[in-house]
Order: sequence, then C-alpha cells, then structure tokens
Amino acid sequence: MHELGVTFHIMDHLEKVAKENEVTQIRKVTLELGEVSTVIESYLQNCWTWAAKKRPLFHESELVVETLPAITYCEDCKETYPTVKHGKICPYCGSEHTYLLQGNEFNIKEIEVE
Amino acid sequence: MKEVRILEIKESVFADNDRQADQLRDMLKEKGVFLMNLMSSPGSGKTTTLTGTIAALKDSLRIGVMEADIDSDVDAKTIAQTGVKAIQLHTGGMCHLDAEMTRQGIEGLGVEEVDLAILENVGNLVCPAEFDTGASKNVMILSVPEGHDKPLKYPLMFEICDAVLINKIDVLPYFDFDMELVEKYIHQRNPKAEIFPISAKTGEGMEAWTTWLEKQVADWKS
Repeated sequence: MHELGVTFHIMDHLEKVAKENEVTQIRKVTLELGEVSTVIESYLQNCWTWAAKKRPLFHESELVVETLPAITYCEDCKETYPTVKHGKICPYCGSEHTYLLQGNEFNIKEIEVE
Repeated sequence: MKEVRILEIKESVFADNDRQADQLRDMLKEKGVFLMNLMSSPGSGKTTTLTGTIAALKDSLRIGVMEADIDSDVDAKTIAQTGVKAIQLHTGGMCHLDAEMTRQGIEGLGVEEVDLAILENVGNLVCPAEFDTGASKNVMILSVPEGHDKPLKYPLMFEICDAVLINKIDVLPYFDFDMELVEKYIHQRNPKAEIFPISAKTGEGMEAWTTWLEKQVADWKS
C-alpha cells in the first residue's frame, strides 16, 4: 500500500548509516518481510528501482527480500498454526484467543557496502 | 578492487519513525498539548465530525487542526470556518503522515497556542496505521455504509485505535449494518477500544464522544 513511502524511509535511514560508517556505495540491501505485513514485494522492488536512480548512494544497489512465514499462537490450546491458511480462528480448537507470533515484520537485516 | 563489507542493521523499517514519534509525544506531554490522530476511509465524515466536535469543545479548549491531504485545501477551509486555527499539510503524494511531518505541522500551529491539536490524517485504513505520528490518542471513524466487516479487513487500524466512532447512524435503517457484530469484531482486535455510535449530521451520540475526548485532554495535561 505504501511501498514508495517505506522505500524513502529505508533509504533515508541507510544514508545516515552510510555516513556514520564512511560508506561510498551500497551494493546490496537485505530486508526481512513478514508474510502478513502490508507491503507487497514486487511493488517494493519497482519503487526501489525508481528511487535508487535518484540517490547516488543506491545507484548500484540490489534489493533482496527474505520472507518470514506468518505463525499464529492459540492461548487456549497452546498450538501454533500458519496464519495465512487459517486466519484468526484456531484450526485445532476453534478458539478466537489467538495472536500473531511472527509475520508482520519489516526489518532491514543487513547491507553490503563499499 | 574496493573492500566490500557487510553491515548488520537488524532494525525495523519503522524504528526511526517510532523514535521520532516518541520524542514528539514527550515534547507535547511537557507542553500540555494533546494530539489526536484521526483516521478513516475517504468519505466517512471526518471533516463533518470534526466540525461538530470543535463546536462542542471550542469554548473550553484551544483547538488547532492539521489537515493532511495529498493535495487541495478544501477541508482546511471548511474547518477554518469554525473559527479555530487550521493548517493544511500536503503529503506530496504520500499515503500517510509520519512523525516528522506531524512535528512540522505542530510547529505551524504553535505549541504554546493549543490544548488540543487534531491531525486529520489521509483518508486510508492501511498506511496511517503503520506510522506512529506521536499522537496522545488514535481515533478512527467507521461509517455505516462501509459495512460492519471492516475490522476483519483492516485489523491493524482497529488494533492501534483508542476510540472508534461509528458514524452515520442516521442511515442505519437503509443498510445491513450489524452494530452488535461490529462491536464484537472491534473488541476481538482491541478489547480496550472505546466505541461511540454517532451521527455527525444530526448530532446524535456526539455528547458522549466529546465528553470522553475532553476527559482525555484533561488527563493528558494533568
């Protein structure tokens, strides 16, 4: 939904990191993206390609996105299950008392720099 | 051959914004300014609800409004007619406001000059939920024609809101909108959410809402 906005946020943040670490070029940026985060990888790649042309530090940069599976935990029966398949209701006991263990992450994992 | 290094970052994309939001919240707490972040879909009645809210509270509180839109200033003009200070923030095509843009807006209103600053966020149920603006409280409007299933479709928005206004209850007879079900869905996502059924047009339910808001402002300033 807001891939361009988050692309700018990531680049702003990495420009600061680059300055602190005397980096001249960023070659690769690795992100961790949860399966149920609101960001679509293909849109993000498009936005990245567009924005990278406008910022010298990112001219040669490749964006790598690692997907983290979404897992939900049931407080009643203590089971975990894949969120995308079953949603909010526990497939084992039918409880609504569930919460997301992981899957909404959107992290900058690491960058490869010169 | 230049040396290639790997720098570990291991930080959320939203971490920078979250830090700026916390700084803004601390500053507002110190100055005694309550910031309400108001979110909703386009057309849910944000501006009309605000006009009614301002009318009820403007004698007891100094109010300032920030209107965030991708473009235009129609909403800021409507709000300015109520007699309170209104400024327009253009997001320049972005679908949400972040903490830094909000801070600039607050400076535009003047922190010494308002008790209640209201941020009318961009009409959108997805992106504004991801970006903490530094608000004291988050409030959203869900209008009857949008349907009672919205908490299922936009769970994050309902999770982060302290209060949900169900607007346009005057048209309930014409829609298959289940009030009990919507309350259940909202509380599934967020058991602490306050729910206020209102009609900004007729004024029904507005008193309960404005009384709640006035109390939040008083608690924040104490």
